[in-house]
Amino acid sequence: MNRDAFRAGVRDALPLLLGIVPFGLVSGVAAVDAGFSLAQAMGLSVFVFAGASQLAALSLVQEGAPALVVVATAVVINLRMGMYSASLAPHFREYTTRWKAAMAYVLTDQAYALSVARYRGGDVDKRPYYLGVALTLWVVWQAATVVGLVVGGGVPESWGLSFTVPLVFLALLVPAVEDRATGVAAAVGAVAGTLGAVYLPLHLGLLAGGLCGVAAGLLVDNPDETDDAGDETAAGGETAGEPPRDADATEEVSE
Amino acid sequence: MDALTIWLVILAIGIPTFLVRFSFIGLLGRLDDVPDSLERALRFVPAAVLAALVAPEFVAPSGSLGNVPLDALAGGLVAAVVAWRTEDVLATIASGMLVLWAVRFWPF
Repeated sequence: MNRDAFRAGVRDALPLLLGIVPFGLVSGVAAVDAGFSLAQAMGLSVFVFAGASQLAALSLVQEGAPALVVVATAVVINLRMGMYSASLAPHFREYTTRWKAAMAYVLTDQAYALSVARYRGGDVDKRPYYLGVALTLWVVWQAATVVGLVVGGGVPESWGLSFTVPLVFLALLVPAVEDRATGVAAAVGAVAGTLGAVYLPLHLGLLAGGLCGVAAGLLVDNPDETDDAGDETAAGGETAGEPPRDADATEEVSE
Repeated sequence: MDALTIWLVILAIGIPTFLVRFSFIGLLGRLDDVPDSLERALRFVPAAVLAALVAPEFVAPSGSLGNVPLDALAGGLVAAVVAWRTEDVLATIASGMLVLWAVRFWPF
């Protein structure tokens, strides 16, 4: 295995840790709020290893949602990784199934975005570079979750530490709004999600809001302009990208 | 939720999540891309789901629109501006929490 490529991956992942560490801490805090034991919280973090879905599942458990709704919501959130898997597949074609499985397990938004950007430039040993990025994120994510679990349990409820959960999602939302169609998806998702949270039974609001947002995005989307949609998605995760337009930061007040 | 249910939920999320990640890398490596219609839909999932997660926490954290709490609303709005300007997770959390605490604990 090429150590230089692995080191390059680790080095490229380091700036992302500024975002991963607080995100992991918050997910540890959220696990305490949801009543998870240390083993259960780490089980979630290790078996799922997908922050947004972990946080969404923990919020729903904490609110007393039925198990089926928790599972369905978390899985829908992770469906986007099918897109990353497809995009990386040609690059990983030569590896054994065992390596492919290991590399698929540590696939995240960030590992995908960094690797695809580096592969596009050519000239890197793909497996060690990918593992350098992905394993760095994995280790730091697990460590941050543990710290969050320990710290989160000792903070009084009145501090409202669980408010950090939507704040993390907010920070992830902004780069996800990369053009008009994704802006519409976000605005509709916000309104439908809020109405669903208030009026729908079984905590189905999040699922309903997400699906309405996707449908709205598809409706206003012009397929002719999406030829490079995959590239935009790849860049959106960690570069500034283009500044979000009108529908960006105001959707919270739309209802 | 009891301990067994929690473990089942963890597995029921973890296994399909792995299969989604493994899908094209492991099984369908011959296809160079996802079907276009699916890719078009998946592109909207992050924006739609994240917005649906965030908005109710700021305007209806108690599950009702009748009595919107000022602290969460103010914290959320300020954090939204900071997130938009900086795209920085840490700055977003810090600004939102500071405003939440300022409104909640300020002796008006």
